[in-house]
Amino acid sequence: MREFARLYADLDETTSTTRKLDALQAYFASAAPENAAWAVYFLAGGKPRQAVPTKLLRQFAIEYAALDEWLFDESYAAVGDFAETIAHILPPPTERSDIGLAEWMEQRIGPLRGADPGRIREALFGYWNELDWRERFLLVKLIGGGFRVGVSRLLVTRALAAIAAVDSKLIAQRLMGWTDGRVKPTAGGFLQLIAEQSAEEHKLRGGQPYPFFLSHQLAAEPATLGEPADWIVEWKYDGIRAQLVRRDGQNFLWSRGEDLITERFPELAAARLPDGMVLDGEVLIWQRDSPMPSPFADLQKRIGRKTLSAKLLGELPAVLCCYDLLELDGVDLRGLPQHERRALLEIEVAKLDQPQLRISPLVDADSWEALAALRAGSRARSVEGMMLKARTAQYGVGRTKDVGIWWKWKIDPYAIDAVLLYAQPGSGRRASLYTDYTFAVWDGEGEERKLVPFAKAYSGLTDAEIAQVDNVIRRTTIEKFGPVRSVKPTMVFEIGFEGIALSPRHKAGIAVRFPRILRRRSDKPVDEADTLDTLKGLLEAATA
Amino acid sequence: MGDMVVVRKEGLYCVPGDFYIDPWRPVPRAVITHAHGDHARVGHGHYLAAAPGIGVLKSRLGDISVDALDYGQTVVHNGVTISLHPAGHVLGSSQVRMECGGEVWVASGDYKVEPDKTCAPFEPVRCDTFITESTFGLPIYRWQPEAELMAEINAWWRKNADEGRCSVVFAYSFGKAQRILAGLDASIGAIVCHGSVEPLNRAYRAEGIDIPPTVLVSDIDKALLRRALVVAPPSASGSTWMKRFGDYSDAFASGWMLLRGARRRRGVDRGFVLSDHADWPGLMSAIKATEAERVIVTHGSIPTLVRWLCQNGLDASGFETEYGAEEEDEAVPPVAGAGPAGDAAADADAAVSKDAPHA
Repeated sequence: MREFARLYADLDETTSTTRKLDALQAYFASAAPENAAWAVYFLAGGKPRQAVPTKLLRQFAIEYAALDEWLFDESYAAVGDFAETIAHILPPPTERSDIGLAEWMEQRIGPLRGADPGRIREALFGYWNELDWRERFLLVKLIGGGFRVGVSRLLVTRALAAIAAVDSKLIAQRLMGWTDGRVKPTAGGFLQLIAEQSAEEHKLRGGQPYPFFLSHQLAAEPATLGEPADWIVEWKYDGIRAQLVRRDGQNFLWSRGEDLITERFPELAAARLPDGMVLDGEVLIWQRDSPMPSPFADLQKRIGRKTLSAKLLGELPAVLCCYDLLELDGVDLRGLPQHERRALLEIEVAKLDQPQLRISPLVDADSWEALAALRAGSRARSVEGMMLKARTAQYGVGRTKDVGIWWKWKIDPYAIDAVLLYAQPGSGRRASLYTDYTFAVWDGEGEERKLVPFAKAYSGLTDAEIAQVDNVIRRTTIEKFGPVRSVKPTMVFEIGFEGIALSPRHKAGIAVRFPRILRRRSDKPVDEADTLDTLKGLLEAATA
Repeated sequence: MGDMVVVRKEGLYCVPGDFYIDPWRPVPRAVITHAHGDHARVGHGHYLAAAPGIGVLKSRLGDISVDALDYGQTVVHNGVTISLHPAGHVLGSSQVRMECGGEVWVASGDYKVEPDKTCAPFEPVRCDTFITESTFGLPIYRWQPEAELMAEINAWWRKNADEGRCSVVFAYSFGKAQRILAGLDASIGAIVCHGSVEPLNRAYRAEGIDIPPTVLVSDIDKALLRRALVVAPPSASGSTWMKRFGDYSDAFASGWMLLRGARRRRGVDRGFVLSDHADWPGLMSAIKATEAERVIVTHGSIPTLVRWLCQNGLDASGFETEYGAEEEDEAVPPVAGAGPAGDAAADADAAVSKDAPHA
């Protein structure tokens, strides 16, 4: 734990990529394989289930520190992180231990899950008394299941590649599925991860997906990309990016977050694919006779359900809209150029001939102007814009540009001027600053006119702007509800969002997708902010 | 008898003595606890301060009419017996003891309980009413022993020096800077001080405090900078003055650096948790040692500390002061608007509380 806590502190304390890389390499070079295996799991984004409920952790920490609940809450408000609060309020340890991460996870933390509170209390009191604050912080994070490290997966991959002296693409491949939670990190697994490349590499793959190739936002004019003929153009769908893997006689559906989601989509679990095939595409809800996919809100209805009734499956059928072929007959095709993979994809998907496997159609136009005109009609097609894929692009690893490129050419977001109505403090870097806001638009006429909340947003402002807004919030507070403040309506912001749908669960009767702050409208008086009717107009236009 | 000390618009006022303690507006007579800008201001008619702090006070306020009092020495003014006692905060910092009609009040100014080499250690003074600061008045604030922290700073410096990289520590010019200097291992490399730090080093040395040799950046061979440690005020961060240090590693020394959020907002490579103020256990032990039954809390986490002390059987209340209004001391957190939890609403455990409005 001490080694891992040191690594965590090193990664947390610097913003320099080189120093992070140094710290990772130093750790992997010296850590015992069983501990390194768990470290990889966490660094790569693995999230184990919570071993002890937050309520108990909080209760026992308060008891151990001999404080009161309200004082714990005040402390939490200042720190903005639950584990960090606990780490600091506990009195210093009287003992020291140096037990490895693997033993902590398997012998000490694992057994706490479902244990009776008395047993948990006794264990925690013992553990806390042998760890310094950095280690306690990690312990609470590991127990609480909310662990996140400020290091990109790419960097972890590079560090492992350097230790193993193999290509980092190979490490990225081997890392797929490490964080799934169903696979226990082991010393053997770690040694395999950093082993020399073997001829048997393919067999080691199991049901694992390939690292997803990610696109870049197109900020420049498309004309800067050269001839349209050099690009494969498709619609950009708003669903769940996924790979459907068929190996060892079984289907595996992986989301971009590397979660295995096969069980949530029985249609795709049941798709008939030849062994050794991997399709890349977008999971969407698509009605049989519809020319376009259903809105994301429909997909959300399925994601949210624990059990999928036959009725729901009938009403909201899922498809994989396929746009790439990564493996065929067990052969990795990622090195082929985009247009060759596309040609193979068309042949294979046609051969499969199953309704739940659609092909992402090409958008044909001979000029950027013509494409731009088509793109303007994106909303009516229930898509977010276009994807531009270089004809020569190989299928890269992550958000890279070294072997080719995919651009996303999205339509401009919806934008509306709204009034800040409620605020609450952020967490982490934004702890004790009011950074999370609720926005409202006007509804009604004359005396009856009132502000109706319609969206929450927290991104999009600079630190300096946040400080200004924070200041206004503190000065114009009307009421406090727990951490939330209601403020006098004085500030107008331009709020951008991607989609809009009816929602009986929201006060305004409308829900927007991906709301964020585009800018503060200091020039605009509160009275001139937009109205609920404006929003309804957008909704009608979108569903027309 | 009414309260011996009250708050007036000019500052803390000793009623029977007719004088002020660290007033923020000009007054005829002021007792100054220490020379940080929010406690020692210009424009008063006459000053009284502890002898070791007179040099610094004059260097900051210029030619003032000031009387020096040795620690523990008494002076009677309008029937109030005044004495000054070490507060362990910075050189010459003191608590003000006032006795009148058999009643004793102590105003702490800013204080720190752990002793260090650059000033006289905090001395608990028994009293009936104790006026305490509360800068770090939350139980999350616990300082590690200074020796451990200085070992970390020296290790960081040595590592940077070995890698040929200059080390820059941002610390307040008066007090914090000298404390760091006094703990540095001067065998690692040269020690460079910013122009605002150097005059205070001289004042400390003049009082016999052991500060290792320091130079201004204009007086050092550029080649030596790669192994050097630079002490500069936080305001130098991001200024053109920093450019001469090339690829340097930077750190910020402050009690606020305990929290990851504050550290990340600062955007430095390292945050060293070094404070001139008492941590939570320090506040508790200091208050207890005074044996005071009544405690008045000033600048910092007033509501929190008042509530906790009341809950623990003391008669506690708060004074609204204007201390901590300047960023030269760590009395305010390092980012504007990022106040400590003092005024933040409490129930943050739930992401959104039950009765909160939803969008």
